[in-house]
Amino acid sequence: MERIPILKMGRFLLVSIQVDMDDRTALTLQDDLTSQIVKHHAAGVLIDISALDVVDSFIGRMLANTAAMARILDAHTVVVGMQPSVAITLVELGLSLKGVRSALNIERGMELLQSIAREAMPELEPTDADLED
Amino acid sequence: MQISKTETVEVHGSSEVVSVRHAVRRSAVELGFSLVEQTKIVTAASELARNMVEYGGGGKLTLEALERDGRRGLRLIFEDHGPGIKDIDAAMRDGFTTGGGMGLGLGGAKRLSNEFEIRSAPGEGTRVAITRWNGTS
Amino acid sequence: MTDTRWTELGALLRANANELVGQWVRRQQEDLSLRNNLLKAGELDQQSREFLEALVRTMQSGGSTDTNSESWSAVRDLLATVSRSRARQGFTPVETATFVFSLKQPLFELLQRSGGDIVQNMWQVTQVLDSLGLYTTETFQRSREEIIARQQQELMELSTPVVELWHGVLALPLIGTLDSARTQVVMESLLQAIVDTGSSIAIIDITGVPVVDTLVAQHLLKTVAAARLMGADCIISGIRPQIAQTIVHLGVEINDVVTKATLADAFAIALTRLGLTVGRRRVPAKES
Repeated sequence: MERIPILKMGRFLLVSIQVDMDDRTALTLQDDLTSQIVKHHAAGVLIDISALDVVDSFIGRMLANTAAMARILDAHTVVVGMQPSVAITLVELGLSLKGVRSALNIERGMELLQSIAREAMPELEPTDADLED
Repeated sequence: MQISKTETVEVHGSSEVVSVRHAVRRSAVELGFSLVEQTKIVTAASELARNMVEYGGGGKLTLEALERDGRRGLRLIFEDHGPGIKDIDAAMRDGFTTGGGMGLGLGGAKRLSNEFEIRSAPGEGTRVAITRWNGTS
Repeated sequence: MTDTRWTELGALLRANANELVGQWVRRQQEDLSLRNNLLKAGELDQQSREFLEALVRTMQSGGSTDTNSESWSAVRDLLATVSRSRARQGFTPVETATFVFSLKQPLFELLQRSGGDIVQNMWQVTQVLDSLGLYTTETFQRSREEIIARQQQELMELSTPVVELWHGVLALPLIGTLDSARTQVVMESLLQAIVDTGSSIAIIDITGVPVVDTLVAQHLLKTVAAARLMGADCIISGIRPQIAQTIVHLGVEINDVVTKATLADAFAIALTRLGLTVGRRRVPAKES
């Protein structure tokens, strides 16, 4: 079983899933993310799935559950880099990934998280210092 | 219709679900499936393999390379000797909701395949066969 | 033919294999004189040897002259492989069938030299080679059909270009009647273009589509859903009143999707979303 590394980028957490996860790895990631959100008071989570060429219902639910748990912990989740064939397959599967925002890539995803954070707490404008953390 | 090649994979744990994905991907690539077709059948296989592990107590996957009317196809047969499914219609109807609901993945696997067959009864285990033909995207 | 006679025949072929292959390859090369550059020198020799080996093995195991039966499957598989590769290389069906038919002459000459019931032997052998030759043609046809289908697919992909209207805005002008296959190809190209260009907005314009049926409408909606999962938004433009009616009558759920009457309207929305505006440049006063 592999443990997927979680990076801290300012107020956000970044996860890049590079391996074909088995169920246990996925669940461990979910646990790790929620504890890291709490530990770092993270405002958002960016999950990069550009390396995944299969996302089945289990992984899909893991992503949706992670987003839901993060929301309860006051953090927003953005999934980035979904491959076209994966997207087509998920639509066919009937999985909508409700509650999960998406962006094309990490850069856009970060912009999205920042704008969501800005809206949520307008008086707490993130500064460059935050991101350099 | 001809069956040109057969391969079997034992599936008893969640790490073997990953092996199933790799084996199905390999076969799909060999048969010349497009990327989208590959993803669909690998995803369907992942769903069914997981079902087998979670509800069937593990089982066996048989991969068959088919040929019919000049078209090549891939058939996957998932067999277990688990408790079997009491109400197949209900099982097929279980949809996916992102938050809860386990959903058996049967409906999804069917939507991702060209052909779908299921045989199951309480105490008799379960057999699901899906087929995907080349060139049907 | 009785089993023993068939087995004896097999033994005879095996004993004279080298000579047979030599003559057979020479005949093939004569017939294929124009295509010699397509086949590597040793390839023809190897294919012929393998075929003869498979043929002999089948004959020696007894069995029937029915080439569709199980005992002939190894021979059929070999022929199918040869046939498919010839189809890919651009040979004609006749040239491919020649692979089998040109074995007849050397085989008959061998039978004549060996004595025995020549007529009966030649008849059985002819039957077998004829049906194998036909099988080769059949497989060839099927391979060609697969190749054509794939080429059609590629043509479809080429004929529906995705246009980048502005940085981050793609447009897909659909023209003509959409069938299920074409729509799927087109949609896949759009999604790939979204990734390739990093566009977050895609406008699907169906002004040029006369008829939209349920299947096409569903494909469109699936594409919009897939794009959204990837992080891009789609706007459907060019919806004419008739199409709007069809969509409503078909009960297709289109609530979530932004639709605009014209591509221009859609483009305006896209620009606004990206935080851009179109402004008029001030015309410098003319010197009088």
